[in-house]
Formats: sequence, structure tokens, C-alpha cells
Amino acid sequence: MAVALGGVAQTAPADAGPCFRDLAREQLPRLLSIARRLVGDDAEDAVQDCLLKAFQKFHQLHTPAAASAWLTKILVNCCRDRGRATARRPTQIDFDAVEEFSLYRKIASEDPFPYSDSLHLDFLAEFGPEDVRAVLLRLPEIYRIPLVLVYMEGFLARELAETIEVPLGTVLARLHRGRKLFETQMWEYAEEAGMLGGGRR
Amino acid sequence: MISCSEAVKQLWEYLDGTVDESDRALVEEHLSRCRRCCGELEFARELRRVLAKSASVDLPADVLRRLNQTLEELNP
Repeated sequence: MAVALGGVAQTAPADAGPCFRDLAREQLPRLLSIARRLVGDDAEDAVQDCLLKAFQKFHQLHTPAAASAWLTKILVNCCRDRGRATARRPTQIDFDAVEEFSLYRKIASEDPFPYSDSLHLDFLAEFGPEDVRAVLLRLPEIYRIPLVLVYMEGFLARELAETIEVPLGTVLARLHRGRKLFETQMWEYAEEAGMLGGGRR
Repeated sequence: MISCSEAVKQLWEYLDGTVDESDRALVEEHLSRCRRCCGELEFARELRRVLAKSASVDLPADVLRRLNQTLEELNP
């Protein structure tokens, strides 16, 4: 039997429902957490898309052990689709300037906490999970996805290459640029949020 | 010995374990003689911890409830 949910016909095998639900329920918090970092306020919709697509393709999952990576791959694609649909004009980034930027040196030279004897750690301590999420969301998606999956979800670079279907060299290059961009955006975010000098606005 | 700029460019790759053996040796040789780059390395390590720690945040209960509801409504 096929019914429509959210306008999408469901064509999974008759015995797929309970099994899929158990696997997906276990993964839901992780999927939502990833989506919140990849697409911000669109996270709920992205996970909905992911659940519907995964349910339709459930017959393609050969072993429950692969469910986590399989669902992540579907989710990342759903997030990319949503990102494309809502994309604004591409941001111009001066990668030469980004490449030369060092957050470590910037903190040392700007000395944002004059009475601190652990300047760099104090700077990082200002960043809670929501601040990190906000900084990530400032990055173009092609750099955000590698940072989230590798440094927050523990993917290896080659696993990420398989997940997003790009060559390993491309993943390594995006990670490199993504890290540098993240550092520049951390500094800008800290300035804008009044986190420097010990007084948040 | 490689320059500070060359060493710093490779610090994250060094921590990720994605530099090849010869570059790894060059970075380590530089780190053994450069205190400032050791500071950069420690900072990169700490920044990775901040990122990893930020993965576990409280998720909005109402959103999780609605997503669970979606799962319940999925029927073959």
C-alpha cells in the first residue's frame, strides 16, 4: 500500500515501516543536530525531507550497521538542495587574505582581554555551542559541510569524500580553506557580538 | 628548516594526520625549534576541541517530537 505524506508517495516494501522507524528514531537527534549546523532554521524541514527520501529508498540499505552513514549522506544532500533553493548571491571571498590570516596571531596582536594571562584560551572560552553554530552558518556551504562532518561528527576525510561524492583532494582543499574561513569569521563574529574586552553586548 | 608560515599552513593537516611522512618530519623539526609555532599548534588543538564539544547541544524538544511524529506516520 502506498499513501501520501507531505505530497510524496511512499513506496517502501510492506515490512519496511517498523524496521525503518526503529533505525531512523535512533538517528534522529544526530540528524537534527547536523542539520541545525548545516542549514540553521531549515533544519526541521531538511530532516523531514531526509526521512521521506530514506523511507522511499530503504530497500537500498543492505545492512543496519550502515544506517548512520547512509542517513547522513541523504541528509547532507537534502541540506544541499535546501541551500541551493535559498542561496543568495555568491559571497566574494578574498582567499589570499584568508590564507594569510592567523587567528592565533590576531588575538596576540589585538590583545582583546588586557588582564588575561591566557589570552587565546579566554577567547575560545567565549564561544558556546550556539556561537559556533552561528559562525559555521556564515561560511559558504561547500566549506561548512566538511567542517561539520569532520571536526564535529568525526568523519575521516576519505569517508567525507565518499559521502559528498567528490575526490579526496577536493575534500582536503575545502577543509583547509574552511578552517581558515572559520578562523576569520570567528574573529568578525566576536567583534560584532561584543565578545572582546570581556563585555558581551 | 621550513619557515613559520609554511609550518603554520600545515598545522591542522598535521593534527588531522593527513600530511605525508616527509612533511610531517619537517613540521616536527620546525616545532622542536619554534616556540611561537608550538603556541599555534596548541591553539589549533584547542579550537578543534571547541568544535567537537559544540556538536552536543540541547535540541529543541518540540522539533524532535514533530519529527518522531513524521516517523510514526510513515506507512508502507
